[in-house]
Formats: sequence, structure tokens, C-alpha cells
Amino acid sequence: MATQAIEQPPVPAAPEMPQETYLNAARGVFSWLLTKDHKRIAILYLIPVTLMFFVGGAAIAVSRLNLMTPEGGLVEPDTYNKLFTIHGVVMIFFFLVPVIPTVLGNFLLPMMIGAKDLAFPRINLLSWYLYMLGAGWATIAVLAGGVDTGWTFYTPYSSQASHYNVVMTMTGGVIAGFSSLLTGLNFIVTVHWLRAPGLTWFRLPIFVWATYATSFIFLLAVPVLAMALIMVIIERALHFGIFDPALGGDPLLFQHLFWFYSHPAVYIMILPAMGVVSEVIPCFARKQLYGYKFVAYSSFGIACLGFFVWAHHMFVAGISMYAAMIFSSLTFLVAVPSAIKVFNWTATLYKGSISFEAPMLFALGFIALFTMGGLTGLFLATLGMDMHVHDTYFVVAHFHFIMVGGTVLGYMAGLHYWWPKITGRMYSDWWSRIGAIVMFIGFFLTFLPQFVLGYNGMPRRTHMYVPEFQVWNVMSTAGASILGVGYILPLCYLIPSLWFGKPAGPNPWHATGLEWQTASPPPKENFASSPVVVRPPYQYHLEKAQNEP
Amino acid sequence: MNPEDSLLTDELREEFEQTMLASERLEAQFHDIEQQHQAASLGMWAFLATEVMFFGTLFLGVYVYRHAYPDAFEKASERLNWLIGGINTVVLLVSSLTVVLAVHYASLGRRKPLVVFLTLTMLLGLCFLSLKGLEYYIDYLENLIPGWKFEPQEWVQAGLRPDQVPNVRLFFSFYWIMTSLHALHVTIGVGAMAVLMVLAWRGHFSPAYYIPVDVTALYWHFVDIVWIFLLPTLYLMGTHHWGK
Repeated sequence: MATQAIEQPPVPAAPEMPQETYLNAARGVFSWLLTKDHKRIAILYLIPVTLMFFVGGAAIAVSRLNLMTPEGGLVEPDTYNKLFTIHGVVMIFFFLVPVIPTVLGNFLLPMMIGAKDLAFPRINLLSWYLYMLGAGWATIAVLAGGVDTGWTFYTPYSSQASHYNVVMTMTGGVIAGFSSLLTGLNFIVTVHWLRAPGLTWFRLPIFVWATYATSFIFLLAVPVLAMALIMVIIERALHFGIFDPALGGDPLLFQHLFWFYSHPAVYIMILPAMGVVSEVIPCFARKQLYGYKFVAYSSFGIACLGFFVWAHHMFVAGISMYAAMIFSSLTFLVAVPSAIKVFNWTATLYKGSISFEAPMLFALGFIALFTMGGLTGLFLATLGMDMHVHDTYFVVAHFHFIMVGGTVLGYMAGLHYWWPKITGRMYSDWWSRIGAIVMFIGFFLTFLPQFVLGYNGMPRRTHMYVPEFQVWNVMSTAGASILGVGYILPLCYLIPSLWFGKPAGPNPWHATGLEWQTASPPPKENFASSPVVVRPPYQYHLEKAQNEP
Repeated sequence: MNPEDSLLTDELREEFEQTMLASERLEAQFHDIEQQHQAASLGMWAFLATEVMFFGTLFLGVYVYRHAYPDAFEKASERLNWLIGGINTVVLLVSSLTVVLAVHYASLGRRKPLVVFLTLTMLLGLCFLSLKGLEYYIDYLENLIPGWKFEPQEWVQAGLRPDQVPNVRLFFSFYWIMTSLHALHVTIGVGAMAVLMVLAWRGHFSPAYYIPVDVTALYWHFVDIVWIFLLPTLYLMGTHHWGK
């Protein structure tokens, strides 16, 4: 019995596009710019976030080309510094941190909990305007001459030495930070107070749990970064003296404050992606998520532990040996909830009826890359090993496995999974699978050589290097061009699908979850009547019984 | 007279009217006004949690440096005007009382005392800001502004080593950032009180709906509490003497 394919119930007729959707509920530019509908705000985010992704991508494409030769003759050293700084700032503050919460979270969180909207729709719109202001401000800073401090803005380099637009870029970051903070606040209140009748905490989809845990990090970590950056801005603008060593200020204090945000920020980036994967895998394995409660709690485990590991970025910065030992041990602990998730996804796949549509390919890619990124993270948590590979390409490769391999593939999985829900149309099945595979291969080719480079001692953030590293750098650049093709492919099949895609119908993947029980695209008020929940999520094992004649 | 009307006592009629009034304020995403109230309240608590982290960063900075440079920080702290700081503490504590009374009368639906206590709270906030302004002016006269009006020589004469003088600047950097950020919060609070006052005057609130008064009061208390921590951290560090 187990080997037999599950027969789908006979499809009555080709689905048609619904008449009344959130997209045509109101018309005109202002119906978008002044909208309070969480679904429209998600679309408003989708466009600039995608734009920023390609800005950040273009910056690093040039630096990667520069590294084809050991002399790095393509761009001036100064330009090279600006390029990787733009890449880091744009990708982290304006793409990776906001992308899944603001695009997928905004669209799906209210629908998954059976609500009409977020708790504070006006604040949600305000978040978008803050994001746009921050992103615009940072873009102006880049156009007006750029900034060369690296995305970490370490003092005293950022506060005194750098001659470029540090203040402007930081202001952009701070404004975008407030946007994230308000989004997090909105999500927390929404999950607490707007759940549909019968939707108890342990009936929530894991995506909701993950976004909820992420929101806590937004609330508690973003203000610290904002304040640290504001202090640098004040120091630079008013000559006050806060981190300036000449005044007795301590540059290490900045590093502590910076990483107090920026390490949890890694979990801001990865937790929502884990939430997406926890939705996709049960659906395409047609099985209940294995160990639901463990997966839910582990999101919180990661969020909490994430606040107590920040100094592992500073092992060589001159912190006390005992502090380093404690931070190292705490860092190892993060592996526990992360591993719980990976084991549970794998166990969900076990004996599942797996099919390999694009969302599933992205999700499987996520597991592979996240696992590699996580395991190399353990190398870096080890004190002795970190001394050796600190500030080398080993670190670069490690965090790109997590942030690109993890977050970007997770976002892609989510975007492909919910695209029919968001737009009401299906994209090309064949091309999307190709896209997933190209992206995965390109990613591996780009970053695997960087582990070797780093282990052999190539420092990061240098525009030239010794000749023996060239072969690995050329490999990495070649991989990056494949990865670039992988990133452009989704544009080529997702955008045409808006006009030419087949209507998807309410539930093209036969998925469980409240968001699939309404039309695609959903009506303005999400549900025709307020839903009532009677079962836990991911009840895929029930459908087999139902479908048997 | 309609016999059914006589069943409706004045009290019931009033309750009915207030429920109708409250339902006008209900936003589409909520089921009832109670849910809306709870959501707004949790929203404010969550916002205050971010504020704690925001100010907490500055407190951490000032404590780290105070620990590193105790002498310079103590000398610098002595120059702050503890008298104005102390009076301002009393002003803010009294404003906490008035804002509590405003919430109380809002929940009872008594318009006049509500307007009176909102106005009092606002005036106390303005009083705090004026005193703070006066204090800033005195600081300006006394050359206590790093990066603009600051005399290193004064501090050497006051008994510090020349290499300790930069640490004094560090203290005043934190003093200015923390108190001006706090004053900004008070200003926002005063503005909110003014808006609430007008709304209350127009009969916007009822016992069923006074969410804005409730959450603004939470915010006001938070701003007070920040000052309660600022006072000892900045003003009471050194040994003050009368007449200084």
C-alpha cells in the first residue's frame, strides 16, 4: 500500500481567476500608496526588496570579477572597499533582514491565523515608508560617493578615519531598523490577539512560530544597533567623543553593541527561512511535520541563545580569555536547536511521498546548504580554530552558506510556494525547477572554494592576493556567474506568469493551512467568513484515508 | 408614551449609547472593543520593551566608562545642577499621579476631571521641559558642552590630571545624549497629552473606549521611570555640597 501513489481526487474543471481580489478591490496609485491591506503592503515591499537584492548583487559581481587576477586590477582599491561595503550594507539591512518577514510574513501571517489584517495596519504602512526612506537614504549615500567601512562600521575607523558618507549610510540603516522594529511589534500583537477561534498556540503553523520568534529579536536587538549607530553619528557630527580612544573611549564597546544586534540578526535572517521550509517539506512529502512541538520550541531556543553569543565575533579583538571561553561554549549550544530542526525535517521526509516541484527543490537545497553552513559555524565557535581562520574567506564562506544558502533559498522556496496564492497564477513548472538547480549549483561552486581559500589564509576584504590562490578565486568567480544566472531566471518565469500563467485555483499544492482555504488571489478581507480551526496543522496523513475509494 | 421605552432606565440607555459609541471606534480587524484594547495595550508594552533596550544601551555605555574612569566621572557629575534635577524628579513623579487619575476618570467616563488631569499632566511635562531648558542654559554658561563650549583648563584646576580631562568629555557626551533623548520623549508625551485633551473635550472617550488614554499613560510612566534612573546615574554620582 505504501508504495502506491496517492490518487488525487478528480479535478472538476480548470480553475478560473476569482472576480473580486485584493488586487482589484481598489484602483489607482494612491490605493496602493495609502493602502492598509497587509497583502498589498507585502507587494509594496516585494518590489524595492528585489531591487535592493540586485543592487547588492551587482556590487559584489564587480568585486568578484576583480578577484579573477591576483593583482586585482579591475577597480581601484578604494572602489573595491566601497563595493563590498555596499554589498554588505544593502544585502543585510535592506534585503536579508526584511525580506521574509515583510514580504511573506506580511502577506501570510494574518491569513495563516485566520485574521482580516495585522493588529495595526497603519503602523504596517508606516513601516513600509520607513523602509523606503532608509533604503532611499542609503542609496543616495552610495551614489554620493559611497562608504568604505565594511557593513560592520567598526570604530574608530567609522567614527574618525573614513572620509566617505558614513553618517548618511548609518542614518539609512537606523531608519530601516525602526521599520523592522515596528513590523516585529505588529506581528507579536497580531499573533497574540488575532488568532481565529480554535487556533491554539500548538495549532499554529511553524512559519507563524518562526516569525513570532523573529519578531522578539527585532524588538530587543534592533534598538541596540540603532543606538550604537546613533552614537557614532553623534561622535562624527558633533565631535562629542564616545568611542574615541583619544578621549578614553573604548572602540571595543562599539563592537559589543554592534554584535549584540548583528549576531541575533543572523537569526532574524535564518528563522523565517526555517519557518518557510517547515511549511514546504510536509506539503511535498505529504506527511505530518515530524516533532511539531520541538520545531516550534527550537525557534525560540535559537532566538534566546542568539542573544548570548555575540562576542564570538570578537575572539581576537582583545576580550578576556574567560569571556571568550564562555561565549565559545554558548555558541556550541546554538547547534542543538538548529540540529533539532534539521533532524525533524529529515524525519518528515522519511517514507514520505516526495515530489520535486520547485519549492521543494529550494527547500531541499536549503537543508543541504544550511547544514554545511551550520557545521562550519562550529569550526568558528572553536577558539583555537577561530584564531586561525578569523577574518579569512573561511568566515565569508561560512556565513554565505547560512545567509545565501539558507535565507535566500528559503525565501525562494517560500516565494515559489506561495506565488500562486499571491498572484493567483502558476509559473512554468519546468523553468522553475531548472532555476532551483542552477541556483544550487552556482551557489556551491561560488562558496565551496572560499572555504579552501580561507583555510589556506586568504584574508577577506582585500582587493588583491598572492598568486597561488588564483585557481580557487577563478573557480569562485565562475560559480558566481552561474549563481547570477540562477538569480535572473526566476525573474524570467515569475514575471511573465503574471499575465500568461494558468490560474492556480485556491489550493494548487493540495496543502493544509488556512491560507489555502480561500481564493487565490485572496479577497480584500481574506476569508469569506471567519474561519474556525478544529485540527492541528500539517494533517497530510489524513488525506490518504480520505482519497481511498 | 411607548410602554417599551419605560423599561429602558436612564442607566441602561446610557450604557447602550456608550456601547454604540465604542463600536464606532472598533477597527475592522478586531472582533470587539475589548480585543482592540488588549492589542493596543500589548503593543505599547512591546514598544516600551524596545525603549528599554534603546535607553539600556546608553546606560550600559555610561556604566562601563564610569567603572573605567571613576574619578573623572565623579568630578564631572558634581558640576551638574542637582537642585534642578531634583525638582524635575518631583515634577515628573507628580505628573505620574495626575496621569493615573486621568486614566481613572476616563474609565469612569467623567469628562471634566479627565480633561483637567490631562491638562495638568501636560503642564507638568512643560514645566519639566522648561526647567531642563534652564539647566541646559546654565550648563552652556558653565562650559559643559563637549565639542562646542568646553574648557580643559578648568578641570585641571579642579584637581584632575590632564590625561583625565578627556574622560570628563566622555561623561558630558553621555549626559547630553541621554537627557536630550529623554527630553525628546517628554516632548512627544506632551504632544500626545495635548491631542488627548482635545479629544476628551470633544467627548471622544467613554468607559467602553478609552484605549488611547490608557496606552499614552503607560508611555508617560515609562518616561518617568527613565528619569528615575537618569537622576542617580548622572547627577548623584559625586558628592554634592550645598551652594554648588
